[in-house]
Amino acid sequence: MFRNQYDTDVTTWSPAGRLFQVEYAMEAVKQGSAAIGLRSKTHVVLGCVNKANSELSSHQKKIFEVDDHIGVAIAGLTADGRVLSRYMRNECINYSFTYESPLPVGRLVVQLADKAQVCTQRSWKRPYGVGLLVAGLDESGAHLYYNCPSGNYFEYQAFAIGSRSQAAKTYLERRFENFTDSSRDDLVKDAIMAIRETLQGETLKSAICTIAVVGAGEPFHVLDQGTVQQIIDTFETAAEQEDPATEPDAATGQEAAAEQGTAADHGGSTDEGAAPMDI
Amino acid sequence: MNFMASKQPENSLLSPESDSQRTLYPYVTGTSVVALKYKDGILMAADMGGSYGSTLRYKSVERMKPIGKHSLLGASGEISDFQEILRYLDELILYDNMWDDGNSLGPKEVHNYLTRVMYNRRNKFNPLWNSLVLGGVKNGQKYLGTVSMIGVNFEDNHVATGFGNHLARPILRQEWHENLSFEDGVRLLEKCMRVLLYRDRSAVNKLQIAKITEEGVTISQPYSLKTYWEFSAFENPAQGAIGSW
Repeated sequence: MFRNQYDTDVTTWSPAGRLFQVEYAMEAVKQGSAAIGLRSKTHVVLGCVNKANSELSSHQKKIFEVDDHIGVAIAGLTADGRVLSRYMRNECINYSFTYESPLPVGRLVVQLADKAQVCTQRSWKRPYGVGLLVAGLDESGAHLYYNCPSGNYFEYQAFAIGSRSQAAKTYLERRFENFTDSSRDDLVKDAIMAIRETLQGETLKSAICTIAVVGAGEPFHVLDQGTVQQIIDTFETAAEQEDPATEPDAATGQEAAAEQGTAADHGGSTDEGAAPMDI
Repeated sequence: MNFMASKQPENSLLSPESDSQRTLYPYVTGTSVVALKYKDGILMAADMGGSYGSTLRYKSVERMKPIGKHSLLGASGEISDFQEILRYLDELILYDNMWDDGNSLGPKEVHNYLTRVMYNRRNKFNPLWNSLVLGGVKNGQKYLGTVSMIGVNFEDNHVATGFGNHLARPILRQEWHENLSFEDGVRLLEKCMRVLLYRDRSAVNKLQIAKITEEGVTISQPYSLKTYWEFSAFENPAQGAIGSW
């Protein structure tokens, strides 16, 4: 996108019927580090890549627990994400207090979307620069929603946002038909594999990713590093054996995770003919 | 020396001027509501009387109303406050329906909403002078609860308001059991209502029985209970009495 004379205010339409400030806000989401979500009939898993600014600092928190039955992963301006998480927590707790019942995910998502829409129609505001993957469980089952800075929201079986999310989306597109009946553990494995896709060859370890789960009988919680590392270890070894079978041009299965990453990537791009699912 | 009487500021809730702004006593009241869980849902009974003090003034007051798809509300106490509550709930259900998203408020949610309303009014010294019974079924789950004008709320397998607590609940404690059939449930409620009719001064012999199941609400047409007044104890009530009582 290039600068133009219609992009100064969010309240200015372009002649083509676009609101550039809103689109720029969606760019901010694309620049944030990746977050992915996928769901089965009974569970929803969120995952994100944690990149710290330097070795000295800690990484930013990108996954927030909103209520026992809802959690959110963000990509983009984390500060905006934090503020919206606080809003969501407030809404959930107020509803719980009044009705002694968990807030249906669909309603929270609409409230969030309406809040974002306000910022696209006030001259003294700016759109929120954060995309939210809302994962939750309610009476009607497991849900995964994506909330956009534009005020739009969509429900997904699986989705990825942030930088290099395309690789993860490609991975998920290949597998999503199996997700509905997936077991909880397989879902978590798929989430970690999807995260790995966005790392483009970097070693996958539990220190750089965060995984959270919510499910029937399982309140939303972030999995601890140990558990995640265990799962990474199990399939790193299994994947080596699998790789030669699925990848026609893969190297003879070696332990090197870097090679693992590139082999999987090659497989991803050559297998897929699907159009990139950009927003 | 002047005797300085302490004076209430006009804007406090306890001065005569501001009394017109809050409920002090009820005027037109309904008496007991009795309800129980049975095999398919909830059965609730209430008579159709609206008393004006000791006068049995109105005899066609419907004290039970369906709320949304899944609930039934019965009320005793001030009838105008019950009508106000119905308006609050109407708005609540309206907004719930406007979401148009497949979610709906069940009896548990409505009960808790009412608890919040009643308790908050009590805290402002301006109560809605009612005792409410909220019953319903959603997704196969039966729910029966009650809220009073001071915000006391609980759930149980059978509940009652007012005199019903003293005359009906003991009967229910003896004779209620899980999975009552519809006929047994009605028989049990009628037994309770008959005792109330004999012993509660504000009861009238015109009642409705309502049932709520997964399918929906049915409120019966008004009818009367058969009564028997030829008990010998009734014929000569003072026999064997010592003293003026």
